[in-house]
Amino acid sequence: MAEDTTPPLVQVRGLRFARGSRPIFDGVDLDIRRGKITAIMGPSGTGKTTLLKLIGGQLRPSAGSVTVDGLNVHKLGHGALYDLRKRMGMLFQSGALLTDLDVYENVAFPLREHTDLPESMIRDLVLMKLEAVGLRGARGLMANELSGGMARRVALARAIALDPMMIMYDEPFTGQDPISMGVLVKLIRSLNDALGLTSVIVSHDVHETAAISDYIYLLSDGRVVAHGTPEELDRSSSDWAQQFMQGLPDGPVPFHYRAAPYADDLLAGREGRV
Amino acid sequence: MLDWLRQLGRHGLNFFERLGRGHLLLLALLRGQPGLLLRPRLVMQQVFAIGVLSLLIIVVSGTFVGMVLGLQLYNTLVDFGAEASLGPVIALTLVRELGPVVTALLFAGRAGSALTAEIGLMKATEQLSGMEMMAVDPVKRVLAPRFLGGIIAMPLLAAIFSLVGVYGGYFVGVGLLGVDEGSYWSQMQSLVDFDDDLMNGVIKSLVFGVVATWIAVFEGYDAVPTSEGVSRATTRTVVHSSLAVLGLDFVLTALMFGVD
Repeated sequence: MAEDTTPPLVQVRGLRFARGSRPIFDGVDLDIRRGKITAIMGPSGTGKTTLLKLIGGQLRPSAGSVTVDGLNVHKLGHGALYDLRKRMGMLFQSGALLTDLDVYENVAFPLREHTDLPESMIRDLVLMKLEAVGLRGARGLMANELSGGMARRVALARAIALDPMMIMYDEPFTGQDPISMGVLVKLIRSLNDALGLTSVIVSHDVHETAAISDYIYLLSDGRVVAHGTPEELDRSSSDWAQQFMQGLPDGPVPFHYRAAPYADDLLAGREGRV
Repeated sequence: MLDWLRQLGRHGLNFFERLGRGHLLLLALLRGQPGLLLRPRLVMQQVFAIGVLSLLIIVVSGTFVGMVLGLQLYNTLVDFGAEASLGPVIALTLVRELGPVVTALLFAGRAGSALTAEIGLMKATEQLSGMEMMAVDPVKRVLAPRFLGGIIAMPLLAAIFSLVGVYGGYFVGVGLLGVDEGSYWSQMQSLVDFDDDLMNGVIKSLVFGVVATWIAVFEGYDAVPTSEGVSRATTRTVVHSSLAVLGLDFVLTALMFGVD
């Protein structure tokens, strides 16, 4: 395969971030290529969602940089950052739909906020986006009447309302039944290809994510521990990649939480200590 | 001892941090106001949610407060043969004090807590975050209209409270206890001054409206985004706005009606 020479859409360099005294990222470097689906995977608690928030400029890193489409996200002023965000969609795990609006108004929300389009055009656009996710018929439902999978599809329709250049998916498959999981997997791939998007998926659902990603980064302990195409990672000799891709209970990520030696702990009970 | 000092220091720092965040939010809310001129619908929705939906509790409380005032004041005034002054005394008590203060306390309990819970839950369910990522500033889109809505609704509610209170006093004083109807109204008309009494009452209720809504909006926006965090924030809204209203009432009364 010929090497892609176009600059990546998102470049993360030397990213460091801490919550209080707990470091989350300790020098993360990654590239997200245009037009591709890039997955960022890792065990729970590795800060995958935090990474998306750093890319979206909702959090500030303590060191390092995030460049999106040539712009350093954390050096932008309020207005420029908001202009950039209009070109980035984000799908939250919960969907983050506005609960006081129905499905139609939720999808129309970014259009109403950012454009002066006439009502008839907004209607057309909303119906087109809803059709793309298969929920045109659900436009009259309120957000709380939707199942989790439907809510995510509506949120996806809303995320593509302004025709962004990229979409970030935060755990899109968590808690989905097999059917809606299949629907989401298909949607992410087909929207990416049909709309010429760049997609970033943060997930720990290895099989679904690996099935549609072009490139995968594995994160652990605040660093990228392995990266490559799904096939490369499957064949990888890295213990870490093997444990994660195969879902092995023990390996570089230990089964046991850090603790005093087992025997010492048991004997301590006899001496009356807790 | 050292622990105690350390804790005191931490509480102090937390307090000032929150105070700072609160004032920064107030600035942002004020900056968000001009944009609302173009979108009056957003504000009207909030005046409805905060004001119109609080009407029932305001009208019922106003009526009962007026009736109790009628009873209590009549019993005192009649000893001095001054029951004809019942009208102005009730009216002055209501427009100067009870109208703004009791309305503000009810407002904090009814509308303030609802605002905090709504904004806190929007934060907990990532709706505010989602808006930010859609390049919509939640302070301008969600918080600013609520802030203005509260400021508009509060003086109106206080006026309605005083109005129905005057009628409650009328019902008890004139209807049940036999005070002369003509003197009830005419003395009220001659003794209640527009600038000194009515306007000062309006200023008070406006100040209470700003403070109570600001606290409610801030607590919601600053809430820890969990169910426990939102419940604590809601409690804090009611407690802090009630205390702020009572404290400010003293300051304002001293400034308006204090020693010359």
